[in-house]
Amino acid sequence: MIRILALLLALLAGPVLAQGTLRIGINEDPDALDPTTNRLASGRQPLTALCDKLFDVSTSLELVPMLATGHEIAPDGLSVLLRLRPDVRFHDGEVFDAEAVRFNLDRHLTTTGSLRRSELSALDSMEVVDPLTLRIRLRRPQAYLFLIILAERSGMMVSPKAARELGERFGSRPTCAGPYSFVERVPQGRIVVQRFPGHWNAAAYHFDRIEYLPITDSTVRLAALRSGELQIAERITPTDLPQLRADPRVAIAAAPDLGFHTLRLNTGNGPRGQVLGRDPRIRRAIEAAIDRRVMVQALFDNQYVPGNQFVNPQSQYYDPGRPVPGRDVALARRLLREAGAANLTFTLLVPAERERQEAAQFIQAMLAEAGITMNLETQDNATMLQNGQRGRFEALFTFWSGRPHPDGNSFTHFSCQGPQNDSRYCNEALDRLLIQGQEATEDGPRREAYRAAARIVADDRPVIVLWHRRTFTGLSARLQGFVAHPDSTIRLSGLRMQ
Amino acid sequence: MSATIAMAPDTRLRRVLRQLARQPGTLLAAAVVLAFVLVAVFAPLIAPFDPLRSNFLAVRRPPSDLHWLGTDEVGRDVLSRVIHGTRISLMAGVIPVLVAVGLSVPIGLIAGYRGGWVDAVLMRITDAMLAIPFLIVAIALAAFLGPDMINAMLAIGLASLPVFIRLARGAALAVRAEDYVEAARAVGASPMRIALRHMLPNMAPPLLVQASIMAATAIIAEASLSFLGLGQQPPAPSWGSMLNAAQRHMVAAPWMAIAPGLVIFVLVIALNVLGDGLRDALDVKRH
Amino acid sequence: MTRFLLFLGQRLALVVPTLLILSVLVFGLQHLLPGDPALAMAGEEMDPQAVDELRRKYGLDLPIPLQYWRWLTAALSGDLGMSLRNDVPVAELLMGKLGITLQLAVASMVIAVAIGVPLGVLAAARRGSWADRIGSFFALSGISVPHFWLGIMLVLAFSVHLNWFPASGYVPFREDPWRSIMGFVLPSIVLGTGIAGVLMRHTRSAMLQSLGADYVRTARAKGLREKRVVLRHALRNALMPVVTLGAIEFGQLLSGAVLTEQIFSIPGFGKLLVDGVLYRDYAVVQGLVLVSAVLFIATSLVADMLYFLLNPRLRA
Repeated sequence: MIRILALLLALLAGPVLAQGTLRIGINEDPDALDPTTNRLASGRQPLTALCDKLFDVSTSLELVPMLATGHEIAPDGLSVLLRLRPDVRFHDGEVFDAEAVRFNLDRHLTTTGSLRRSELSALDSMEVVDPLTLRIRLRRPQAYLFLIILAERSGMMVSPKAARELGERFGSRPTCAGPYSFVERVPQGRIVVQRFPGHWNAAAYHFDRIEYLPITDSTVRLAALRSGELQIAERITPTDLPQLRADPRVAIAAAPDLGFHTLRLNTGNGPRGQVLGRDPRIRRAIEAAIDRRVMVQALFDNQYVPGNQFVNPQSQYYDPGRPVPGRDVALARRLLREAGAANLTFTLLVPAERERQEAAQFIQAMLAEAGITMNLETQDNATMLQNGQRGRFEALFTFWSGRPHPDGNSFTHFSCQGPQNDSRYCNEALDRLLIQGQEATEDGPRREAYRAAARIVADDRPVIVLWHRRTFTGLSARLQGFVAHPDSTIRLSGLRMQ
Repeated sequence: MSATIAMAPDTRLRRVLRQLARQPGTLLAAAVVLAFVLVAVFAPLIAPFDPLRSNFLAVRRPPSDLHWLGTDEVGRDVLSRVIHGTRISLMAGVIPVLVAVGLSVPIGLIAGYRGGWVDAVLMRITDAMLAIPFLIVAIALAAFLGPDMINAMLAIGLASLPVFIRLARGAALAVRAEDYVEAARAVGASPMRIALRHMLPNMAPPLLVQASIMAATAIIAEASLSFLGLGQQPPAPSWGSMLNAAQRHMVAAPWMAIAPGLVIFVLVIALNVLGDGLRDALDVKRH
Repeated sequence: MTRFLLFLGQRLALVVPTLLILSVLVFGLQHLLPGDPALAMAGEEMDPQAVDELRRKYGLDLPIPLQYWRWLTAALSGDLGMSLRNDVPVAELLMGKLGITLQLAVASMVIAVAIGVPLGVLAAARRGSWADRIGSFFALSGISVPHFWLGIMLVLAFSVHLNWFPASGYVPFREDPWRSIMGFVLPSIVLGTGIAGVLMRHTRSAMLQSLGADYVRTARAKGLREKRVVLRHALRNALMPVVTLGAIEFGQLLSGAVLTEQIFSIPGFGKLLVDGVLYRDYAVVQGLVLVSAVLFIATSLVADMLYFLLNPRLRA
């Protein structure tokens, strides 16, 4: 008896990690794992293990081949030819070919409640040239943008057979062509996948099994990493970094992140759009009263990047003509006087989330010094989304997780009909530029279009961009081969324990 | 009848007060609670800093000569916020309790005295109340009535009502079968008299204990509600919301949790000791 | 016996109307909440067409009474609907989590009763002694220390520094029984100590009350030993409020310990409920409310039966 007890104690004290299993702590429980309907950022983590995409993006956001080995864009930008990787099989043994790609894109377009349809709306028709070649014709000449979209969830290929058999329940048994196949899921508990020996690049994946564990509390996620239960913990809070640096058991990987925080101002959505929408000087005054650098310093230990445009200041699409402005309280007061809004009062809706609650109180205090009264009202996310849509707000504290192509950060937000445009901001010149950006296949013209668009948004301020995140991933010190990506998605190839 | 009722509380009140005065622990606890009340009333005079003033360049600073309890996530003085937070937190700790006790006593009496179907129906209602998720009620109230502090207090009081009802009813039930109650009924005492003279005293101890426990829960619940948009909105300080804010910084800035946590603890101990004293003083049989 | 059957019959007769009224109430309340499930579901991928389709697919565009009727008729045949967020039948979700929730609730309750009741008896029997004071101090700490604080402290001490227990993450029992049990230790301590405090305070108070009662004095006068007086006569009666409280606390544990589940990432009812409400996943909330109502009714039935057992005179 005593010996058994001793044995148990020894087991307990030993490393919890079973050889060959990689345990990853993610920050929220993903929604259904179907590439067509998945929408949460956290869903991308397990989906990356399960479902290979046609393309991937590199750390510098360039298109790289995955299930598609190559592509040719027609000179008119209205069609694109995809060359597919040979000898690829889905987890259920089905063959991956041009027909499968066609099935998948069609599925995105026709499934009820598909969240991929709008980003694929340019697709006109598909033609299977041969089993490994597919021609896609587009309604508008936006081939480059289209390809980038195929490097996101729209490009994830599922087994047509499994999709037909499982129908709506596909998300509970995802069957794709990724390096890992689905084992089980305990909702809110864990998602388990195992190595798929038939993967086209199986040699690059070393762990036999991966467990994704949703641990919402960042302090606990960190603790689980430090105690050795996790080998990877995503989204480490910047202020927890010193704690990690002091611990030899763990390492940190950092990368710029596509996500950014904004104050969305109501410029024309219903009567409440009058308060901040009636004069751009009012919005400029709000921006002038905010000190982004101080906030980033105080809230994030200087680890985030102050920003004022819908792309990061390091991005090629950032307009250098509109650098991040410093704080100028006198200017703010003067602008308000000129706009006849000397005693400006408005309400900022803040979601029930700590980080933004803290930041909102900072902004409130800063605006107060410029004579602006900003009341805070906390609302749960669903309430806030609806109030945003219906124009029952003056300002919203929003976050956008960011997209590799600047179109994903701008068109839905600022074009007159954009579904995320809760401000109901509308500027036809801007719309034209955003479409130019979509249709540009060359770097130069695309850059010019987005810089010009960024300038308009920065001057009109339907949103005030505050800062761009950086992503910090905590790693076991023994884990090798990890590369941090700006989209915060953990790539599994090359990962191994030392 | 009216004369006896008028007489009884008077003599009993005097006895209770005399009894209370004899317990040094109870007096100390009363002094502590009174001190909290005074702090709440004179908060602006006592607090060294403005509880809303942020110092952007001194966030999450550990305790120092200037800021005795450190600064919080927005660079505000923790001590001043604890002092000002007394106002909301005392209210949050006391008003919902009064609501719950006030409503549960009559309901519990009726259920316990009448028994049978009346009891069964009332108890199923409390079962159902327990099953309604507090979160939904909170979001609904916030949406329909706005972030008003009174609504938050009412919500907390109502949410804890079933516990009080069950305790009250259980205590009433327990004495219903006692010989002296049977005897009183036999000599034709009115239900009102039986309820007030015999059942009520038996209900006091468990309700007092629960009330002094609930103060702690209510103070913390106030913060959860304000986080969902019901009740005091930031930047106004309350102990519960200070604790809430501290959670993200548990490791890097532990002092943010310790100060509000400690005052809640002290207040809860004082209220419990006070409750014990009151319980003893009310306990007729001991004398 | 017939009295008991009558009592039981009365109880069961009320179960159905209770559940029915409750389901109407919660359904109505949920649908009145601001926020739209389809909108919440689409989030960043907001596409007006997809949102409309989702509304139609889940019948969210129908009048609320009709939606309720649909839900009710399906529920009567055992179909509790689909979770919008997880694309899984609600009944399946609930079944999967029942075991986990039960495991946590029972473990916490065992800790609570094992600590709370003896401590309360001791404190009352030695009233005013150091045992009483230390016991009360412990109980009040359990009551006023926030769960997140205690939880994180335990994780830091026992997981990060000592490496005795896992910090977080659920392991199914069938996969690794030992790790599964170890995973429940810290959360049960967090929940158990809080409830132990409540039970201790009530036990103490009720014990004091019954120690002063006539029958206890009689027992003492008869020359019974003090230990016997305390344990047999006084405790029996003192358990009434303890049973009341214990039943409610247990019911509350069964309907989900939100914060503790969140900290220790235990996939029980609490986490499901919060996500259900926040995403306006109506069917999930509706199903959970029904389950927890049944559990509350059951626990209060057990409590009432315990009353009768403890106090035979109530039967008369």
